[in-house]
Amino acid sequence: MKALSIRNLKKTYGNGFQALKGIDLDVEAGDFFALLGPNGAGKSTAIGIISSLVNASSGSVSIFGHDLEKERPQAKSCIGLVPQEINFNQFDTVQSILLNQAGYYGTPRKLALQRTEQCLKQMDLWDKRDTVSRRLSGGMKRRVMIARAMVHAPKLLILDEPTAGVDIEIRRSMWKMMEEVNQQGTTIILTTHYLEEAESLCRNIAIIDQGHIVEHSDMKSLLARLNVDHFVLDLAEPMAAAPVLAGFKAEWVSEKVLEVAVPKESGLNELFRQLSEQQIQVLSLKNKTNRLEQLFMDLVDAKNAGGAA
Amino acid sequence: MNTWIPFRTIVVKEIYRFVRIWPQTLLPPAITTTLYFLIFGKLMGDRIGLINGAPYMDYIVPGVILMSVISHAYSNVVSSFYSTKFQRNIEELIVAPVPNWVILLGYVSGGIMRGLLVGTVVGLIAMLFADITIHSIVITLAMAFMTATLFALAGFINAVMAESFDDISIIPNFVLTPLSYLGGVFYSVSMLPGIWKTISMGNPILYMVNAFRYGFIGVSDIDVRLSFLMTGGVILVLALTSLILLRKGTGIKQ
Repeated sequence: MKALSIRNLKKTYGNGFQALKGIDLDVEAGDFFALLGPNGAGKSTAIGIISSLVNASSGSVSIFGHDLEKERPQAKSCIGLVPQEINFNQFDTVQSILLNQAGYYGTPRKLALQRTEQCLKQMDLWDKRDTVSRRLSGGMKRRVMIARAMVHAPKLLILDEPTAGVDIEIRRSMWKMMEEVNQQGTTIILTTHYLEEAESLCRNIAIIDQGHIVEHSDMKSLLARLNVDHFVLDLAEPMAAAPVLAGFKAEWVSEKVLEVAVPKESGLNELFRQLSEQQIQVLSLKNKTNRLEQLFMDLVDAKNAGGAA
Repeated sequence: MNTWIPFRTIVVKEIYRFVRIWPQTLLPPAITTTLYFLIFGKLMGDRIGLINGAPYMDYIVPGVILMSVISHAYSNVVSSFYSTKFQRNIEELIVAPVPNWVILLGYVSGGIMRGLLVGTVVGLIAMLFADITIHSIVITLAMAFMTATLFALAGFINAVMAESFDDISIIPNFVLTPLSYLGGVFYSVSMLPGIWKTISMGNPILYMVNAFRYGFIGVSDIDVRLSFLMTGGVILVLALTSLILLRKGTGIKQ
């Protein structure tokens, strides 16, 4: 069963800007799916159309088999949306935000109260239920939006940069919550600029750029395609220039810092053997970027170099 | 799709909103109308005498009540819906499977409730200054309800089209207030000279005030049936316009 199926979706705004140029996308039920792309790539437009906030120019969207145009109420009932920006009434209490949301989805009052309690407890917000929402911290507001999106028990949860602007501790606790929600059977589509977030949480991925899907596959096979790792080496002694290393590309960053591209087939042992031969002592090393970030940049750069269709 | 629960949710939210801020919503009309009755009714009214056979105070009471209904039905919807747009929590309703007509009915019902509640408060204050008699309770209540509906719908359209807080104050200040004062609240249209009488007949509020006044004292400058027909027609046009705007997503969707 497909949680989401998009066919030839196009969107041209009133000013003539073509945000989506005919995208196809499938997300299986139960998946934890990453939708990535640089700013202005078309992610938010796609999410806007799926959640009925933006009118599509053409194409079709189907949510759990319900066509968004022909069976809009049924399709909408399946979705829970966590938008990028805080969009609840800042003068309402946390509990009333969730109760109103449940009401909009036709949830009877008794069940709405139960679901509200359950979601607020899951998001660790139960003790804040009577707090006026504008008095909450940024991280709590983000969690209120996730709790609100889940209160009607959606089958598909769309998280549009849910961890933007929150500190690492809260971000990690939110990852845990998202994983739990997914394990309970909810399909999740996540957009994020934190690519390590996508890499650690998501099983499948699509990358969108300039209104096109430039990649659509599972995370493992995508990462397997990355055949070069970039390492930053801290040196014991200063160097004036990068050393020549057979089979490796070394770059001088500063007197005591080198950056080396290591092909997978060569490996680190060979790199260290050559460094030892040249009597270059390494104090420490670290990955320059996370792997997905490198792939993401490669894919987007390749698309830009080839010229967008 | 159950539409009763979303409708009830919107209406309860709207009522809670204007009751929670009662010093801004219910208290000012009570003070303003007390001053109207004191100055125009008591101090000046005794010198004016009878209008269309009714004491001046009795003559102005229905118009003052209806003026409050108009102003509060309109301002409730325009401020509430525009705030919802401004804070972007209108997105909660758009993403949810709430039909457009339920959204419209919910917000308009909130406006009607506030309009009628304020009208009741003003009516109770009026009882301190005048001996209120009801000529026809059906006409009185029906016209109060229809007037509140009409201006709640107008407020909704204003909120949908508005792009700034300035846009939601222009119509009440520069259109609604002048039309209300020139709508025969404080005088009979028959007292006006030729051309002004003709111009006044183009003011829709004149029809509503006269029908409402007829419900109280049985006196009207205009055929009451025409008033109901015109008010009903305008309600229909405004309701259809609102639904078309919601369907197109004007001011809400991209």
